[in-house]
Amino acid sequence: MTTLTFGVILGAVIGPIGLGLFAIFCGLLYKGFDRKIAAHMQHRVGPPIIQPFLDVSKFMIKDTVQPERALSWLYNSAPIICLASVITLLLYLPFGNLAFTPVLSGQGDVILVLYLLPIPALAMILGGFASSSPIATVGAQRKMITMMSYEFPLVVVIISIAWKLNQLYPGHSVFSLAFIYSHPLWGEMGLLGNIGMLLLLLSLILVTPGQLGTVPFDVCEASPEIAEGLVTEYSGRNFALFYLSDAVKTVAIGTLTIVLFFPYDICPVIGLDGPAAFALDFLFFLVKLFLIVILTVTLPRTATARLKISQVLMSYWGITTGIALLGLAFIVAG
Amino acid sequence: MVKQAIKMKRLIKAIWVFNWFNSCGFAEVVPIAGSRWDMERFGIILTGTPRHADVLFIAGYQTFKSMKRAQRICEQMADPKAVIALGACTMSGGMYWDSYNTVKRVSDYIPVNIYVPGCPPRPEALFEACEKIFQHVRAMQ
Repeated sequence: MTTLTFGVILGAVIGPIGLGLFAIFCGLLYKGFDRKIAAHMQHRVGPPIIQPFLDVSKFMIKDTVQPERALSWLYNSAPIICLASVITLLLYLPFGNLAFTPVLSGQGDVILVLYLLPIPALAMILGGFASSSPIATVGAQRKMITMMSYEFPLVVVIISIAWKLNQLYPGHSVFSLAFIYSHPLWGEMGLLGNIGMLLLLLSLILVTPGQLGTVPFDVCEASPEIAEGLVTEYSGRNFALFYLSDAVKTVAIGTLTIVLFFPYDICPVIGLDGPAAFALDFLFFLVKLFLIVILTVTLPRTATARLKISQVLMSYWGITTGIALLGLAFIVAG
Repeated sequence: MVKQAIKMKRLIKAIWVFNWFNSCGFAEVVPIAGSRWDMERFGIILTGTPRHADVLFIAGYQTFKSMKRAQRICEQMADPKAVIALGACTMSGGMYWDSYNTVKRVSDYIPVNIYVPGCPPRPEALFEACEKIFQHVRAMQ
């Protein structure tokens, strides 16, 4: 009993730290690939893959400026809240193979994740307001409007998947992410249901750039327009924390997409077992993660231009919500 | 001293730049962001706010009015910072040398670390300035 308690405590201490470090590494590596691929798409050479690591290490030695009229405690704690909440979010997500269970898991993971997802954005908004710069205030307001418009389709996507799982497997804890991961929906329904899943996937893909604040939905940070918006006053270590939490959030949202739509492992197919299978599955998961994030963030980022705030609102409340509701209808029918 | 050198190395690898460009200075130097010279391969990128910037590029002829803004931008940047002045206009007023309101030498108003001559300066010269800038600052200290 004592050893078990000790083990649990050890897991609870090492888990978040290890997962946080891993996610920071993965997220920064992805950012490097993102910049390299975007550069190649524009016929440029692009920075070295490790450039985001260099950027972060540079920001760590820069001076941290604080505006005179800023609300000091809120201004300085917003980046920490941002990074901490993203890492908390990671603790609920299953990474790869199911043997690698989430550090924290329970009955209603998905609901909790839905509530945790806006917290980094809220921390950024608070930081923006606290920095008392008019530009940052405009950015914070824009971020709030974007957030309010993409939350609804996201909820529709997750709830419709949970609803279908509840229809198929009554009596199970369908809001648990581990359960969703171990029961893929694609083959379980007819043609209509699969079309519905495709539509839901499309609306989640549209929501992803808004969540991460990248082009075409980067109205809140539009650099030539409102001078980086939310983070305009942040420098040095505070900005580095925002940079890191952005990287970790990319990993978290990519993982959420994988859990909801591509929960497949490679080892059951080729019949491998043991630690080797575990490693292979994890590698496969990383490949999936990079492919998904590159397809949903890098390609739209390079291929499109920034939308206006009214267009962002319309494309979320009109198109994305419409697609998500249509997908829900198809799933109910299929 | 060695610690400082390591710090400077970290700075040189990832230089974020804020632009203060008047007149043709902007049009002539902007190809360094394009695909032919691609400054991102050296880790140099443009940023939207002076708070994130390490280096301030000043180019084109400056008036007394625009100099005030440049000074404010320079004060808003976080340390360690450097200022690079590009082109003949910033050194001598360029072709506007006899104008009544053109600043003849930018370093009278703002702590310029390096001048890059030329009208416009070559992109290669600009990259060299970015590479040398922080070494230069350290040598001066």
